[in-house]
Amino acid sequence: MRARVAALAPSVLVLMSGIAGCELLTPDAPESNQVLDGPVEGMTPGQVRLHILGDEEFARRFAISDGLGPIFVATSCEQCHVGDGKGHPSFNLQRFGRSTPDGFDPMARFGGAQLQNRAIPGHEAESVPVGATGLSTFTPPAVTGLGYLDEVDDATLVALADPDDRNGDGISGRLQLHEPSEIIRTVLDLEGQSRPDPEAHGTMVEGKYIGRFGKKALTVNLLHQTVGAYHEDMGVTSDLLPEDLFNHRQGGRTSDDVPDPEVGSSTVANVVFYLKTLRVPERRNQDDPAVVAGEQLFETIGCAACHLPTLRTGRSEVSVLSEVEFHPYTDLLLHDMGPELDDGYTEGHALTSEWRTPPLWGIGLQQDFQGGDVFLLHDGRARSLRQAIEFHGGEGAASRAAFRALSNDLQAQLLRFLESL
Amino acid sequence: MNRPGWAAAVAVLMAGASGSHPTQLAAQADTTIAQEGLYNRPFIASLGQTSIGGYVEGNTNYFREEGVSDGFSMELRRFNIFLFSSVSQRVRFLSELEFEHGTEEIALETAQVDFRVGAGLSFRVGVILPPLGYLNQNHDSPQWDFVERPLVSTDIIPSTLSEVGGGVYGRFFRGPFTLSYDAYLTNGLQDGVIDNDVGRTDIASGKSEEAFGEDNNGSPALSGRVGIHHRVWGELGISYYGGSYNAFRLEGEEIDDRRRVSITALDFGGALGPARVRGEVAFASIDVPSGMVEVFGDGQWAGHLDVLLPAWRPRFFEYADAVVLVGVRGEFVDYNTGTFSSTGKRIYDEIRAVVPTVSFRPTPGTVLRLNYRYHWTRDFAGNPTSRLAGFQLGFATYF
Repeated sequence: MRARVAALAPSVLVLMSGIAGCELLTPDAPESNQVLDGPVEGMTPGQVRLHILGDEEFARRFAISDGLGPIFVATSCEQCHVGDGKGHPSFNLQRFGRSTPDGFDPMARFGGAQLQNRAIPGHEAESVPVGATGLSTFTPPAVTGLGYLDEVDDATLVALADPDDRNGDGISGRLQLHEPSEIIRTVLDLEGQSRPDPEAHGTMVEGKYIGRFGKKALTVNLLHQTVGAYHEDMGVTSDLLPEDLFNHRQGGRTSDDVPDPEVGSSTVANVVFYLKTLRVPERRNQDDPAVVAGEQLFETIGCAACHLPTLRTGRSEVSVLSEVEFHPYTDLLLHDMGPELDDGYTEGHALTSEWRTPPLWGIGLQQDFQGGDVFLLHDGRARSLRQAIEFHGGEGAASRAAFRALSNDLQAQLLRFLESL
Repeated sequence: MNRPGWAAAVAVLMAGASGSHPTQLAAQADTTIAQEGLYNRPFIASLGQTSIGGYVEGNTNYFREEGVSDGFSMELRRFNIFLFSSVSQRVRFLSELEFEHGTEEIALETAQVDFRVGAGLSFRVGVILPPLGYLNQNHDSPQWDFVERPLVSTDIIPSTLSEVGGGVYGRFFRGPFTLSYDAYLTNGLQDGVIDNDVGRTDIASGKSEEAFGEDNNGSPALSGRVGIHHRVWGELGISYYGGSYNAFRLEGEEIDDRRRVSITALDFGGALGPARVRGEVAFASIDVPSGMVEVFGDGQWAGHLDVLLPAWRPRFFEYADAVVLVGVRGEFVDYNTGTFSSTGKRIYDEIRAVVPTVSFRPTPGTVLRLNYRYHWTRDFAGNPTSRLAGFQLGFATYF
């Protein structure tokens, strides 16, 4: 008997060694500069917990019985923003409207401005109504680092705006401005309650509020962006937008069978906190001479006039986001990109050819979130960085011309720099 | 599909084993046909015509995905009780009550009455296990040398699939061959196939306790299997399950299109040299509402191959039949066989996994097993693979 027990000992030893070796035989985390997701460093344990709760909600797939639809584009936040990066074209948004003598009509009576191209059983997906004169496709943007952008004071944006090009650099960034509405006042008020400097956000300019997020800066802060995405992208109602979407062609107010709101205010708050506390993308090959030279060229040919390399946050209730410099390569302003990018569609007081400068951080990893391909610009029409530059008209035309004038080697350096972001 | 890496691993394992193990360690041929799995169970006690038995299984988990782990945990996965009664010479009753994760989930998996006309024809009614693939009717954990069931048998064939219904089965014999057949009508799967929080077509979410009370669309599902068993070589089976899953009628009125789910499976098991081999492949076709296409796939498929070799027959206490087995499972599942209309490229949403195992069976009805699982996931768009790996130490025993 003793011999048999002794024979078991090596097996137990092997087993114990195996358990001890668990870490060796399981996959390590990828290098942090190869992925976009993850929380900002330095948060308190309580803040990390909220971040994780928000992360779980961000990944939550909505079932029909949870409130998905009745018309929708995606079943979860993460479906559009895979790994917090840019999304795949299968989850592109389409927005439409028509030009009228009184301005741009988002055709709300016909389901505008956003098209919901999917529907739960028993409901019809939308299609673009007759009469729409403008139709634009929006590729889901990366969400990484959004908290930093949210914490930039309004005063910074006001100071950056140069609508009349007084400095004569050919760049005339404009603030996106929105007429006051109940939803804008509410989201600014709710967010303002927790800000150390509530007056630094929600500034009125010419009696209007500053837009900040979205391809045309449609929304004023991350709360506004989040409830809007729940509603317009997933058909999920919240306290702030409590009524379901419905397809006007199917019949009056055809809703789903789930009581509203379909997500509670704490869920929305956690998702907002998650977005607010996503880290900024890390650069790669930053010290590569070609990348350094490319960065210099980026400044020299004028790209940095709109894709502003550095911004600074104001005071934030999340101390790690408070008064820090960061490098998003955007000025958060509207710029006229010329007929090349004019879809005949717009939001707020932007021209149909005006787009908010998209941040370039994380652009070098984009293919890892779009199925191995790249789909650049607001609608994914550019399939490479070079092609994206070629689509720059309007205020970007001079930089495009300067890029074209560069030698092949210098162009390659500039592209290497962009890939390092 | 790329040539699966696990195929090479299986080949290496088989080659190594066949060269290094004495012939007395060759696997015993499985002489039980798949159809008989339900009754091929040990029963520990009897009272008159009624016998009782069951099994219990538990395991530990340690997994890490891309460097992130929830740590080490233990679970008592299942505690199942069988009740069998030979009611009369031609009538027998079998039931199985399952407690999963303690009392988190309690389910009546089987409650069937069989009436035997002859070997070639028997009738079966009650809560039955549709004969889809091999595992659904042979799901007892102590029979398996892997902690997890194959993905094909959980995600495409939603084992354990229990449904109310009835049908016929039987078998015919010729020399070393046995031909078996099963055919049943049952209440079928329900709306959860697409109304689920998985965010994709998920056949397993179509299972519903409510179907034990009534069908959601008054249109039964049809299932059947034909198996050919050879006394030495093993068994090959082909099976089918199909029916409408959505509530397309309300108060007699058509409110939606009738949408079907169909699953076809091919299963095989037997001896290959010294090795025991078992595998299964299943293809599912699902009618998806036009408003949900692409996100919810209208085609899925999966397969697995298990290879096991008896490596050592130790003298272990009083257990004369104790055996240590080594083996490997390779498996693959594609949750969406479609293509993107936006890019024309294929939709991914797939998992592939390799699971080496070492198991110890002091008796045929008790198993202690150590699994290492490496698992690669590609998302919907086919973005870089996410890797998960870990260890599971588990036990299962009949009682």
